[in-house]
Amino acid sequence: MANGILILAEHLKGEFADITFEMLGAGRKLADARGVPLRVALVGNDVASLAPQLGLADEVLLVSAPALEMPAASTLAALLKGLMEQESAGLVLLGGTNATMGVGSILSARTSLPFVSYGKDAKADGADVLVTSLLFGGKILTDVRLPEGRGIISVSSGSFPADAGRSEKAPPVRNVEVPLEASPVVFRAFIAPPAGDVDITKQDILVALGRGIQTQDNIALGEELAALLGGAVCGSRPVIDQGWLPLTRQVGKSGMTVKPRLYLALGISGAPEHQEGMKDSPMIIAVNTDPGAPIFDVAKYGVVMDLFDLAEPLKAAIEAKKAGA
Amino acid sequence: MNLFVLLKTVPDTVEELTVAADNVSLDPEWLRFKLSDSDEHALEQALLLKEKHGGTVTVVALDAPEVEEALFQALAKGADRAVKLTGELGEVRSLAAAKLFADFLKSAGAVGGDALILLRSQAIDDLEGEIGPFLADLLGLPYLGVVVAVAPGDGGLAVTKEFAGGMRGEFSLPTGAVLGIQAAEKPPRYVPIAKVRAAMKASTLETVDVTPDQPARFPIEKMYKPESAGRAEMLEGSPEEVANRLVDLLANQSLI
Repeated sequence: MANGILILAEHLKGEFADITFEMLGAGRKLADARGVPLRVALVGNDVASLAPQLGLADEVLLVSAPALEMPAASTLAALLKGLMEQESAGLVLLGGTNATMGVGSILSARTSLPFVSYGKDAKADGADVLVTSLLFGGKILTDVRLPEGRGIISVSSGSFPADAGRSEKAPPVRNVEVPLEASPVVFRAFIAPPAGDVDITKQDILVALGRGIQTQDNIALGEELAALLGGAVCGSRPVIDQGWLPLTRQVGKSGMTVKPRLYLALGISGAPEHQEGMKDSPMIIAVNTDPGAPIFDVAKYGVVMDLFDLAEPLKAAIEAKKAGA
Repeated sequence: MNLFVLLKTVPDTVEELTVAADNVSLDPEWLRFKLSDSDEHALEQALLLKEKHGGTVTVVALDAPEVEEALFQALAKGADRAVKLTGELGEVRSLAAAKLFADFLKSAGAVGGDALILLRSQAIDDLEGEIGPFLADLLGLPYLGVVVAVAPGDGGLAVTKEFAGGMRGEFSLPTGAVLGIQAAEKPPRYVPIAKVRAAMKASTLETVDVTPDQPARFPIEKMYKPESAGRAEMLEGSPEEVANRLVDLLANQSLI
């Protein structure tokens, strides 16, 4: 019965991404509920030493080759298709991450299996698997059914607890040979983030600016607040893409993951890609005009207000407090 | 370069999204559509490549609400040709859309020579997966997503992709490729509405009739708004009252 579950472990520069453990925890539950084996594909160059961390799997399938240092999406898709056939797997879990982008669509095209993107939850439901996707920037959930639990799911980061996927026990590891599909997409080099700017991951206080800041000139308002609070300014993707703040200040999926003591989010809607980089901050205060903004789901305190109405009174109140008033 | 850009409008999430009475779709009455951010960036990257290296930019989109405005806006920004794929489209999911685009792109000479296809890395409603890799596989072209820089050279392309934590990677690809653009090398240019109106008068959209033949791979069982689990405590009052409340909260946590 081609119903086993296969997870593609995700790692970069010799370290697993948290999504690997998120998928392992969720995949373990799903495999137990369905009574099917859970296997993890550990694919890369010289990655055998990572395998012991994957203890929740029934078996680790190690595919190691120099050509798999940074494989193209099509190479990974072809490899997974081969593993699915060899190992009788019917359900594949992939990270909904930048690194894995493209693998699910190509695998879906080549296996004719459905691909569900933006996966937030997956549950056994009789013989089927019910998948919940978080669409439209975190605003709408969609339930879809994978008949007989067959399909491909990309799992959004932060959907499951990573700790539930870690185990002390060492899994059985099997070396697997599959023919590799060559690709004209060739990895050349990593480009490290530019140094020299403020390291936002080391700040106790961050004033985060989103689309609601509206113009480059208004960035100064955030800078003033940050200076008063003794912190630094950071931003969500739209602010960085507009060139209003440097790349080093980006928080979220492609940018930095931060956990300051205070995260003051001004005009940030809180799409899942942004939340991924800041949701574990202990004190999140969000100011947004949209009462339905997803940022209020992770904030401790929320204010539905135009940030420009609040900024001056807030500056005055901070100054007064600091003056001992 | 012979540049092709695929565009798609998506519901503007700044507006409130309401689930329709059928519980499996969004209520169209309340939707406002716009190009998604990464579509704007895909177009901008193509225009930047044209300016630097010469060539033409063809924008192409499936018929959808507000899509004509988006195509004319692309013409006003500097695209040379705009094509709308029309027909009895209904709900076209990713693979179906990729097939329609693949047929058009093949007939338009987008495969081979110095043709390069750019589109958004991912859209907020790509339930069945992002279109780029489907399209690349159908056309037999290489694909790279989450792209933030593209430069021709050495008979191919040097392409930069984003990973996490500010880390990026450089890849080389042949010129014939499908690139999922996350962000252009410069912010998308602004075009005044007068210029868009001028483009509407001066140019026409080409239309090509298409027939989707790939049904959705699964039905949607239910669409609903997330229940907020750990909802924030909301502070209300005048800006001054809220400001004082916030400062007290910060002081209590020794943050001031």
